[in-house]
Amino acid sequence: MKRESVLPVLLPDASRLVQTALRERRDGWRVRLRASHGGALLAVFVTGCAIAQAQVQAGNPSILETIWKWTPLLARGFVFNLAISFMAMGIGSIAGLFLGYAQISLLSPVRKTSWFVTHFFRNAPWLVLLFYCMFLIPFEVTLFGTKIPIPDWTKATLGLALPVMANVSEILRGAVQSIPTTQWEAASSLAFNRRQTMWMIILPQCIKRMLPPWMNLYAILTMSTVLASIVGVNEMMTLTQRALSAENRPGLLLSFYSYVLLWFFVYCYPIARWTVHLEARYAVKQ
Amino acid sequence: MMDRPAVNKSPTQRERKRSGSDPSRPIVDVADVHQAFGSVEVLKGVSMIVRKGGVVCIIGPSGSGKSTLLRCINGLVPIQSGSIRVADFEVHQLRTDKEKIALRKEVSMVFQQYNLFPHKTALENVMMAPIHVLHEERNEVRERAVALLTKVGLAQKRDSYPGELSGGQQQRVAIARSLAMRPEVMLFDEVTAALDPETVKEVLNTIRELAREGMTCILVTHEMRFAREIADEVLFTDGGKIVEAGPPAELFDRPRMERTKAFLSQVL
Repeated sequence: MKRESVLPVLLPDASRLVQTALRERRDGWRVRLRASHGGALLAVFVTGCAIAQAQVQAGNPSILETIWKWTPLLARGFVFNLAISFMAMGIGSIAGLFLGYAQISLLSPVRKTSWFVTHFFRNAPWLVLLFYCMFLIPFEVTLFGTKIPIPDWTKATLGLALPVMANVSEILRGAVQSIPTTQWEAASSLAFNRRQTMWMIILPQCIKRMLPPWMNLYAILTMSTVLASIVGVNEMMTLTQRALSAENRPGLLLSFYSYVLLWFFVYCYPIARWTVHLEARYAVKQ
Repeated sequence: MMDRPAVNKSPTQRERKRSGSDPSRPIVDVADVHQAFGSVEVLKGVSMIVRKGGVVCIIGPSGSGKSTLLRCINGLVPIQSGSIRVADFEVHQLRTDKEKIALRKEVSMVFQQYNLFPHKTALENVMMAPIHVLHEERNEVRERAVALLTKVGLAQKRDSYPGELSGGQQQRVAIARSLAMRPEVMLFDEVTAALDPETVKEVLNTIRELAREGMTCILVTHEMRFAREIADEVLFTDGGKIVEAGPPAELFDRPRMERTKAFLSQVL
């Protein structure tokens, strides 16, 4: 990055400002779940159940009974959501680390290409990427004469892995740039070469800095897995819609959807709390 | 105490290589160096020499180019014109990282902000470079690292992380870390400027001991009393130039230049 200043004595301050901006940019898109959010969801759920219960006609099972009846199916869908989130996170993180490492390359073409790829996938809407993967990847490929089917959920996983990759790439780049330049100076004055400095001194310090935004990204991804319902994957959202149409009772809408939201909250809230905890812990250490 | 002080080394390859050269030749030779950040000239023709075992203190107001000069000497900052020679290295001609790395095995620098590696313990900080850069044997390095930490009075803190140490302790670990590379020349860049007055002393004692043992030291410092005590030569810089140079007794007591007098009257 080229910075010009008529006052070189201000450069340390200028670079600190740049780093603050980068950090805000890296962490800016964050989920901050609070217990009160869960309380509000619970209230909506209870209200929804109460309203629906009032509409229950004689002879029909109660709302809670209906929800309980569908819970095993919905839970299976939720496990599918989690499976998609794990795989998308795994694939996206590995690809993102490579991409992020390319972003701090000394070779300008490598750096610029990876910058472009990162920002393309980071700024593209997740749903659009999902649709692209859905319709551009064939439903089966022929390898050495055998037909290998590619199920929809695989495509959805890949579609979600792309924005994860871009975000992880940016998290890595941001973390590397947030390490004070004095660490590079100290390393090079001890005759470490660039590769050694990167792997022994800079990257180990990045792990701590990357962990909170990475977990934050995972929480966002988990909530985004319901997007897969739009492209017809049998995850929790899709199954909820099926259950609702099977029941064919409009009063169930609010209670069922808030029930699904509660599931996601219960899963994501501990992650969010842990993220906050880690951030606080690592913030003091610097 | 150390059974093998850092300066009385067993003959290494590089010393044998150098034994043929003139022993009176200065180990650091800086000639008419110009350096600029963008359009701002920081060094405007600086020359200095340091003999082996010599202790040179550079004093002067902030922004006079003192720290930049040190960074030029170990090749962290490129220069526009002039020449710098350290031991057998023509620093201004070093282009590749490999060449610069070879230089930095000879010249070690201690920074104002310590710059220890926060994810490594004190002992690991000291051991890292000899193991990974000099490729020395781990057990031998460990022994030397413990000896160095003992020397700076921190043997009991070997397993502490930098975040758990006081500023003065961190700075002493940083000095031990530099010494572990067995450099020919040590550069100290305002190493006490970030410390509180009480811990300044412990760091200065460490440097004093080094100087006594014959380590070649170049210090940028604001500690005038210390400079007077340990320096063989004091350089006063201002506006990117060396205004006056001389033995401490002369420079501090009988400065010739008006600018030096003005500066000393402010700080003494």
